[in-house]
Amino acid sequence: MRRGRPPADSPAGPLTYVLLVVTIALSALPLYWMFVVGSSGEEDVFRLPPVTTPGDELGENVRAVFAADNVFFIASLLNSLFVAIVVTLSVLLFCSLAGFAFAKLRFRGRGPLMLFLIVTMTVPNQLGVVALYIVMGKLGLNGTPAAVILPGLVTAFGVFYMRQFITDAVPDELIEAARVDGATTLRIFRSVVAPTLRPALGVLGLLTFTATWNDFQWPLITLGGSEYPTVQVALSNLASGQYVVFSRLLAGALLATLPLVIVFVIAGRQIVTGIMEGAVKN
Amino acid sequence: MTSQLSASPSAVTSPVTASSAAAPQPPSWRNRLTRWDTAYTPYALIAPFFLIFGAFGLFPLLYNAVVSLRTWRLDDPASDGWAGSANYTAVLGDGRFWNAMLNTVGIFLLSSVPQLVLAMLLAAVLNRRMRWRTGLRMGVLLPYITPIAASTIVFGALFANEFGPINYLLSTAGLDQVDFRAEKWSSWLAIATMVNWRYIGYNALIYLAAMQTVPKALYEAAVLDGAGAWRQLWHITVPSIRPAVVFTVILSTIGGMQLFTEPLLFDPESREATGGSDGQFQTIAMLIYRTGWKELDLGRAAAMSWVLFLIIVVLAAVNGLMTNRLGGGRR
Repeated sequence: MRRGRPPADSPAGPLTYVLLVVTIALSALPLYWMFVVGSSGEEDVFRLPPVTTPGDELGENVRAVFAADNVFFIASLLNSLFVAIVVTLSVLLFCSLAGFAFAKLRFRGRGPLMLFLIVTMTVPNQLGVVALYIVMGKLGLNGTPAAVILPGLVTAFGVFYMRQFITDAVPDELIEAARVDGATTLRIFRSVVAPTLRPALGVLGLLTFTATWNDFQWPLITLGGSEYPTVQVALSNLASGQYVVFSRLLAGALLATLPLVIVFVIAGRQIVTGIMEGAVKN
Repeated sequence: MTSQLSASPSAVTSPVTASSAAAPQPPSWRNRLTRWDTAYTPYALIAPFFLIFGAFGLFPLLYNAVVSLRTWRLDDPASDGWAGSANYTAVLGDGRFWNAMLNTVGIFLLSSVPQLVLAMLLAAVLNRRMRWRTGLRMGVLLPYITPIAASTIVFGALFANEFGPINYLLSTAGLDQVDFRAEKWSSWLAIATMVNWRYIGYNALIYLAAMQTVPKALYEAAVLDGAGAWRQLWHITVPSIRPAVVFTVILSTIGGMQLFTEPLLFDPESREATGGSDGQFQTIAMLIYRTGWKELDLGRAAAMSWVLFLIIVVLAAVNGLMTNRLGGGRR
């Protein structure tokens, strides 16, 4: 179109904006429709042409979801919140400690261990679910939140991400100086490294929280029969009942999505930069 | 390097120690502590990661191989003897396995190819000077943060038979309505649509990040040669960001071969994980779930997941290598 100018330099024309607006509309459409149906009465769902504007029965549908006698939705929401917070805090702590060690400390085996860690980033945990279920069974943890939390406590991506950040953010001289002053390694972490970590912790925390909140397969396997599963599993229970009430189902989907949409509206900018930074350095 | 200096704080605070430290003496406890600290603290810092990952990530994966060689039934704890290769012969001789393999590969191709091509175009569009840049980037990422379970239920309703909006659109356009869950092609298409919806924006941001590191001089040279936007994209941008392309190809191979939530919840009878009346959209990950937790045969499910693991490793490697060759050999 704009023959003769490199793309990064050329200002976006009207066509570009139209394309982007259409793309974003398509991105948001399912979410919007979730809201439309979730706030409509059940009879409106089967109307042709389909409903396109929100109704006024959202409160009723939400109340019905909470009152469903086979799915304890509020408890599941709280359970998800608990699991996601514990996992996020643990990932932030352990991954920054390990990231610091790989970024700034010298020790035998550092190279091979880091290589091993990078290789594990490509190993999908989900492929070990059968054995993981057996392990959790031997520990007596299947059906409890611990079964969901334990495998999430650390991520290779988290270590890798923190290592990249610390390598760039903390000058070696600062660490040498602290050592010369007699600070221990832990002290250096607390007083020199930790204060610089805020932006990275924010991004990694958001990504971890989102992924944990949205996880489905492993929670379904280990918590499928439990009374208080995570909210995504509770949602799938709502969807597979004898009589599915669509307006309630989508109100439930809305509830399972809402916390993340709120997080995204507040901190979406950080998530975007986080994904882009994680990608460049790969 | 820190020996004499680490003693100095105590010299300041306590003159008594300072005078006694003047005489040569064996390394102080402080000194030894420092040496211990630099030698062993790094291992303490990385230990939580390796212990937890080892126990709940790596060990299960390897232990899967052991489980796959045993009879291991959930309803009969007594039957846990060695099965030899029986689970593997059963899996490879099972028609459902090959059907699930066909479905998985079919949906993978229908999703990853358009997904990455569209992501590349979207990234090229986003890579211009524009207003509301951050807002637009957040907009394309919206699907990625939506829980898969929730969005799949929404898409399931969108693709519903009589009252589904998509069938309504088809009929207003004068086309036949489609029972999306009934046939292989239509169910694959519906599921691939969900996958594409979710990951196009995410991949576009990865490409965009890589595009911003491409030197402008390359484009300026191309402009002098009279190359338009298309030729710049395919002959400069794509080859320049090859590492990012390889990364996304490997990532989407790993993800695509494990596809689970979308096909599972697309079926109203999702609990059984059959993938439609005739298994028309049952993926391998679903069949593993069904074999292990509905038919209670963990040994056979383990064999299946170990086979899938090996397939993914091979496919990801082959795809990565092929992509690396893309656009004129290595750099």
